[in-house]
Amino acid sequence: MAVLIDITKCIGCESCSVACKLYNSLDFKSEPRNIKNGRIELDDNRWTVIHKYETEDKRIRFVKKQCLHCKEPACVSACFSKAIQKDEETGAVVYYPDLCVGCRYCMVACPYEIPKYQWDEQFPKITKCEMCPSRLENGDAPACVAVCPTNALISGDRDELLKKAHEIIASDSKYVQHVYGENEVGGSEWMYISDIPFEELGFKMVSETPVTKYTKDYISKVPILAVIWGIFLASLSYYNHRNGHGTHSESEEDFENPDDENTKDKQD
Amino acid sequence: MNFYRCFRIFGWNFTITPGRFIMTGLVAIMLAIVSIRLLTGFGVVTNLSDETPWGLWIAFDVMCGVALAGGGYSTTLLVSIFRFDEFEVVCRGALLTSLLGYLLVLAGLFLDIGQWFNSWRPYFSWGYSSVLFEVFWCISIYTSILTFEFFEIFTERVLTKRLHRYIVRVLPIFIVIGLIFPMMHQSSLGGLFLIMKERMFPLWWSEFLPLYFLMSSFFVGSAMVGVESSFASKAYGHGIPHNVMKKLTRIGGCIMLVYLLMKIYDLFTMNLWSYVFQGGLQSNMYCIEMLFGIIIPIIIIFSPIADTKFGLAGYAWLTVLGVVVNRMNCVFTSMYESGSYFPSAGEIFISIGLVSAGALVYAFLVENLNILGRKHAVQINVHKNKDIRSLIWAFVRPNN
Ligand code: SF4
Ligand code: SF4
Repeated sequence: MAVLIDITKCIGCESCSVACKLYNSLDFKSEPRNIKNGRIELDDNRWTVIHKYETEDKRIRFVKKQCLHCKEPACVSACFSKAIQKDEETGAVVYYPDLCVGCRYCMVACPYEIPKYQWDEQFPKITKCEMCPSRLENGDAPACVAVCPTNALISGDRDELLKKAHEIIASDSKYVQHVYGENEVGGSEWMYISDIPFEELGFKMVSETPVTKYTKDYISKVPILAVIWGIFLASLSYYNHRNGHGTHSESEEDFENPDDENTKDKQD
Repeated sequence: MNFYRCFRIFGWNFTITPGRFIMTGLVAIMLAIVSIRLLTGFGVVTNLSDETPWGLWIAFDVMCGVALAGGGYSTTLLVSIFRFDEFEVVCRGALLTSLLGYLLVLAGLFLDIGQWFNSWRPYFSWGYSSVLFEVFWCISIYTSILTFEFFEIFTERVLTKRLHRYIVRVLPIFIVIGLIFPMMHQSSLGGLFLIMKERMFPLWWSEFLPLYFLMSSFFVGSAMVGVESSFASKAYGHGIPHNVMKKLTRIGGCIMLVYLLMKIYDLFTMNLWSYVFQGGLQSNMYCIEMLFGIIIPIIIIFSPIADTKFGLAGYAWLTVLGVVVNRMNCVFTSMYESGSYFPSAGEIFISIGLVSAGALVYAFLVENLNILGRKHAVQINVHKNKDIRSLIWAFVRPNN
């Protein structure tokens, strides 16, 4: 399941963020924790937020922010206890709190700084948009998509949505010729189209190489290097042994004396 | 001249000095803050936030702890495998520092994870695509091995007859295994940052990060041995001969030189020179780190200054501090543009408390086991006293 967001259609009514809070039983009363440049950012009780931007020629745009559900999710690859997994069928990136240790590596790994933490809990959990997995199971759209009154959010199969997105931006010259999320760090399930350059709307400009590639490259090399290194050490150590340099043989005798002293010490 | 008290309880020496008295107090403060942290979560005690999820505990307690504990594997490597026999005098001290270092790392990690009751999960739920998974396993295994290697020193004194000889026999195997894992996770700690490509300040990110961390752990290891022995020689009169120390640190210095060249190569291939001199917190921190942590130490170690005691100590301290700054830069300076994070008092006190606990245990162990040289170390200026009541008394009134 993928979602396409048409920024030109969003009127900033916040229905989506209310629906999100209702569906995921988040706290409506919580004070915003993170405020950047006057905009309320995501936090543990805000899994999606609407950011208002005003361009130089006084046009106003609203940008919905949430987890993009990457195709090569950094958070999933970073989690060392598989507490975040990508659902093969729906593409949703889902969190399993029972497995989570709370190391927060996922938070620092996500290129978009999406996962947030319950800083005031005794046993805090990671929080982020999970694309309403129980709704997806029944074939429904995520809660936010279902309530959007202007159809700024539409859900469907990723390939079809992508085709549609390209049709829209090709047919209307006001659009920027770019689908954000098509290739960004390997692409994501959530994609955006806009009539204002994405940089001006606070989108992060990232490269198209998935960040997971770097760790994959590294991890695939480690076992071989470790084995080679081990064999090298073992043979050198064996060689030393054969040449009568047993590591601790000489020192053993030297230590006998202080030992005796100690036993005496202990007795008195 | 001050005379300190040394107590004998069941044949073990406990020495109380004013310094140690203060350290015990710091440990007590730490324990109090730890309990607040465990009861209330992170909000009260730390300055961590969604923008800086990793702070001082990861940067100092974990990253620096592991790097500084590199002295254990680097000297073991030189002595046991490459047969630099003259370094053997430093070997045990380095081993002990490493073991304590790792135990502190584990303690720091334990405090830093939110759902600590789940900390066994990764043993069963394998997130093998994560570099942290590798770090986790390697640190677990290596700490066990270090404990075992150290156990050999311990059995010299306790259970000598029954256990010691067998332990000595299997030790070489463990030493080899114990050299594979630290190399792996030292580099993996650098590997942790590979995935943060889009978030780190470009000066610190590089595909060579694992190698950088491995190399720096190696040269900081020998520098740390120098720092530690300068303390030990003051307190215990156990000096490592100057030429031995110089040779050991020069090996580190060579690696440091290669490190510097690679860093410069990075600047050229990734076109980063403009970042270096653009001003601002991040590039300034980078310049400070490179100048004082790498370039000046290299100049010292390959010039006649290294022949003086002062020069060598300067090299060791600069290198150690340089690596500390490097780890902090990687963990927070490089990642957060607003620079809003500064460790809270709680975080700082816990880190200090952990280090104090380590120092106290270190002092206790070198005074009771054969670690520095051939005999037990004895604190200079110690007034021996055998009464357990005066031990308690000394805790109440430290200066009598
Ligand atoms: S946007 Fe971040 S949290 Fe969401 S799937 Fe991608 S890496 Fe994970
Ligand atoms: S905080 Fe939890 S979900 Fe995130 S990487 Fe650590 S264990 Fe995985």
